[in-house]
Amino acid sequence: MPGSVTYVLWPLTLLAQVGVVVCSLRGHSFRKYLALNLYMLSSFFAAILRFSILSQYGFSSKEYFYFYYYSEALLTVCLFFGLISLYTNVLTELKAERLVHLAATLLLIGTALFSYLVIRQSANKMLTHFVVEMSQNLYFVGLVLTYVLWGAIMKLRETRTRLIQLVLSTGLYFSAFAAIYALRNLYPSLHAIWGYLPPLIALALPVAWAYAFWRVPEEARLAPARLAVVPR
Amino acid sequence: MTAAIILVCSIVILAQFFVSYCRSLLASSAKKSLSPEVQEVTGISSAASGEDFLRVKQLLQLCPEHPQDDTGIQAVSGYFGLLNLLRQTFAQALPKLRSWVDFERGQCAYFLAVALDRRINFSRDLLAQQSNH
Repeated sequence: MPGSVTYVLWPLTLLAQVGVVVCSLRGHSFRKYLALNLYMLSSFFAAILRFSILSQYGFSSKEYFYFYYYSEALLTVCLFFGLISLYTNVLTELKAERLVHLAATLLLIGTALFSYLVIRQSANKMLTHFVVEMSQNLYFVGLVLTYVLWGAIMKLRETRTRLIQLVLSTGLYFSAFAAIYALRNLYPSLHAIWGYLPPLIALALPVAWAYAFWRVPEEARLAPARLAVVPR
Repeated sequence: MTAAIILVCSIVILAQFFVSYCRSLLASSAKKSLSPEVQEVTGISSAASGEDFLRVKQLLQLCPEHPQDDTGIQAVSGYFGLLNLLRQTFAQALPKLRSWVDFERGQCAYFLAVALDRRINFSRDLLAQQSNH
């Protein structure tokens, strides 16, 4: 059964997800960051559906297990598209939108194919294994893509504070989840640790995005050299 | 093996993203000037030092919470803890790193002072609204 921490974090996450959409609507940024807002709305509805399936069938039911992992994989794909929209935003002056979309589609297909090939080699060819494998690979691909985007931001001397904060918080989310999945693969018995961390990180992303939409005006700028980990 | 590589890479990149995210929060508040009341209460006029951090945090806890403020404060507090750890370890031997760490700690304290200013204004607005009703 999910612990009491999860039950506390669940409604908070829902509130934060609604908060992102409300803050972006309030700041007239809904259309500009459409993919991110759609991801938040999808996460919101997925969380409600998860809860209703959990209360109807129970935590250890097949229904909940299947729904959890399939919705997780679909949401990761949605966030992947959100990340691509951030790429488009950063590279807008280079007019490389079509190239970015093509590369992203190929990468997504490639990740799905790679996950399928990994599962095909294993003795147990369950479909759920494929979806778990694909999710963890997508998180890692997302992490690498965000890191490349971060590199592009530093190279192009991007100054838009809100965009920078959205990219960094997405990077934090992907890297935290990639680490958790890897930890889970390495130490499956440490359920106590990786059982609590995902809901906490799932809450941190909408809170950070809501903060960026609420507190940072679209016209705010900062010097990218201030952000480098190694002082310049 | 693959999982171990992914774990190490993810943790290293996570730390980099965390530092950069916190520095983006600090940079956005560094340009803001403090109100005379907050300058008087905190003793910070233009630049803050890392020693002010805990005092300003205690003052901050006395004010009613401002919605959407907690994210930044918690992230910056975590960053401050990380800087303290650096200060007590590697920065002991590297004076250049130590001066950078001290500068960053001061920025963290200034960030909290700006948040305090915001909370005071928020409480004032709340009081004004209540007295109007």
